[in-house]
Amino acid sequence: MPKSFQPSVITANALLEGDVVYLNGTDWVRDLSQAEVLSDEADAQLRLIEASARSSEVVGVYLSPVDTSSGIAPTHFREAFRATGPSNYSHGKQERI
Amino acid sequence: MYAYTDFDDKFLAERNAQFRAQVERRIDGSLTEDEFKPLRLMNGLYLQLHAYMLRVAIPYGTLNSGQMSQLAMIADKWDKGYGHFTTRQNIQYNWPELRDVPDMLDALAEVNMHAIQTSGNTIRNVTADHFAGAAADEIADPRPVAELIRQWSTDHPEFQFLPRKFKVAVSGATHDRAVLKAHDIGLQIVERDGVQGFEVIVGGGLGRTPMIGKVLYDFISAEDLLPTLEAIVSVYNLLGRRDNKYKARIKITVHENGIEDIRARVDARYALIRPQFTGVDQQMLSRIEADFGKPDFVTKSLAPYEAAYTNDPVFRAWADTNLTDHAQAGYAIVSISLKAHGATPGDATSDQMRVMARIAKEFGHDELRISHEQNVILPHVHRADLPALHKLLKEAGLGTANIGLISDIIACPGMDYCALATARSIPIAQEIATRFDDLKLEHDVGPLKIKISGCINACGHHHVGHIGILGLDRAGVENYQITLGGDGTNDAAIGERAGPGFSAEEIIPAIERLVMGYLDLRTDRSETFLETYRRLGLAPFKAALYPEAKADAA
Repeated sequence: MPKSFQPSVITANALLEGDVVYLNGTDWVRDLSQAEVLSDEADAQLRLIEASARSSEVVGVYLSPVDTSSGIAPTHFREAFRATGPSNYSHGKQERI
Repeated sequence: MYAYTDFDDKFLAERNAQFRAQVERRIDGSLTEDEFKPLRLMNGLYLQLHAYMLRVAIPYGTLNSGQMSQLAMIADKWDKGYGHFTTRQNIQYNWPELRDVPDMLDALAEVNMHAIQTSGNTIRNVTADHFAGAAADEIADPRPVAELIRQWSTDHPEFQFLPRKFKVAVSGATHDRAVLKAHDIGLQIVERDGVQGFEVIVGGGLGRTPMIGKVLYDFISAEDLLPTLEAIVSVYNLLGRRDNKYKARIKITVHENGIEDIRARVDARYALIRPQFTGVDQQMLSRIEADFGKPDFVTKSLAPYEAAYTNDPVFRAWADTNLTDHAQAGYAIVSISLKAHGATPGDATSDQMRVMARIAKEFGHDELRISHEQNVILPHVHRADLPALHKLLKEAGLGTANIGLISDIIACPGMDYCALATARSIPIAQEIATRFDDLKLEHDVGPLKIKISGCINACGHHHVGHIGILGLDRAGVENYQITLGGDGTNDAAIGERAGPGFSAEEIIPAIERLVMGYLDLRTDRSETFLETYRRLGLAPFKAALYPEAKADAA
């Protein structure tokens, strides 16, 4: 049986600032909690292709699986660091929280 | 130290103007990321997890107070007020924005610095013994030759698209402090019948497939150095594997073809290109050598040093760990620890950089060095000035007395910053240092090198750590593997894997068991961790690491 599609967000790094962004509709947002969760695989793939074409805004677009049982949470620790910032200083996204 | 010529200034200005235009064309959409990426990498600009990262070369680890102050200015103006010194004698800025990078490069050029070839499949920043020009065990200062290699390799038209990156290290001392045998090429200055030349070691490297370098030539003359280097890199450029990134380094080329085959090919290539080297390089070298004269050493009373050493236990502890003998009577080499317990290994704030610059100017003949062990060195300090210097360091949080001890840990940035990492390194280093500081054991434990990498690429040199720690992703959880008995010096050895890995929570207690095990196993205080390991082998250390396995077997 094919593995079922895990709800995902589209993420990348902003071209100018380099920081992590997520897609919500047609907007790039900086906070994972504001990202749009894509639950349908065909839709997610199409949106990924469209987002990848926006190369004057972002770099390295990909789908990142999330857990939606309580808000939007990354399923892998790498994505958790991307969503918050490094653990040695309060820099990056966590500075604004 | 080397001062840029008009040619150097012009070259760098042109190169920076080119990159400024490339950045503008990327931002206005004329260049795609695929087109821009190789261009930014050639200029040291990475895109990491949270931001861009600019890697600036500190050639052979040498800089003066003006350069250090400028690094501080850049950290304040375009970054977050700090910099990270790396295991390859570079400094990394973790938070620049793309638009600012051309200005940062111009600011670097003002003080004869650049970020060229700090990334990409080229000859990287040439590294050297961080005690170069000062060490008591030195045959010759390796930096003039390292500078010659920097000039030869910078923008070398044949070597801009090598199969993979290429790292060269040089040492002129009898003790290898430059990890020569873990470099693509390691050059050891040697003397034969009163003539200086080089032992050429090739094919060393860490990473996925760690290899100890092999001797390609036990002696070549100074005049033959550049033609030999060019022949080696030329052979590698054609023979190195481009079909598989993991087999593309010269260590694999040497391993697969054998050192004799490589030597025959290099000999043939050398014979072909040798006539092109007409001696211009040697003229350039003598001009460079003139820039690396000894400082004007002074003679003064050692009384202030002796008084502080006798009366101030904090000073004495620092002097015992952080000073190294200098070739000049009355002088010492000072290692400034960037490893305060609980701090990020290799990080310095802009304020700390300015303090180190000021101290170098006031007490250190205006010279600083960056070590591959992520510390800052003041190579020439008169012992009489050490008490005043130590006071300034302490006030700046730079007085930690732990050089060569368990908390003087090498750690790569790991998954806190690096896009390639599979686990974090920095918090593990912080916790080990804090734990052993709490136990007040590190001076009792004595010399012990812990090196941590957050992925298999081994930027943290874990293979050559007496205790090496490798962070991996095991089924979505950080997992840390321990290797033991590695050594990056003259008796270079790759550490042996101790057994199954540990979780982030388990790794600190595991290291503690290991070190406690060593304290029980050593003959006395004079036997270091590495010596005990070499005497007894893996088994007793493994028993200390995995007590439950021992219980199961009983």
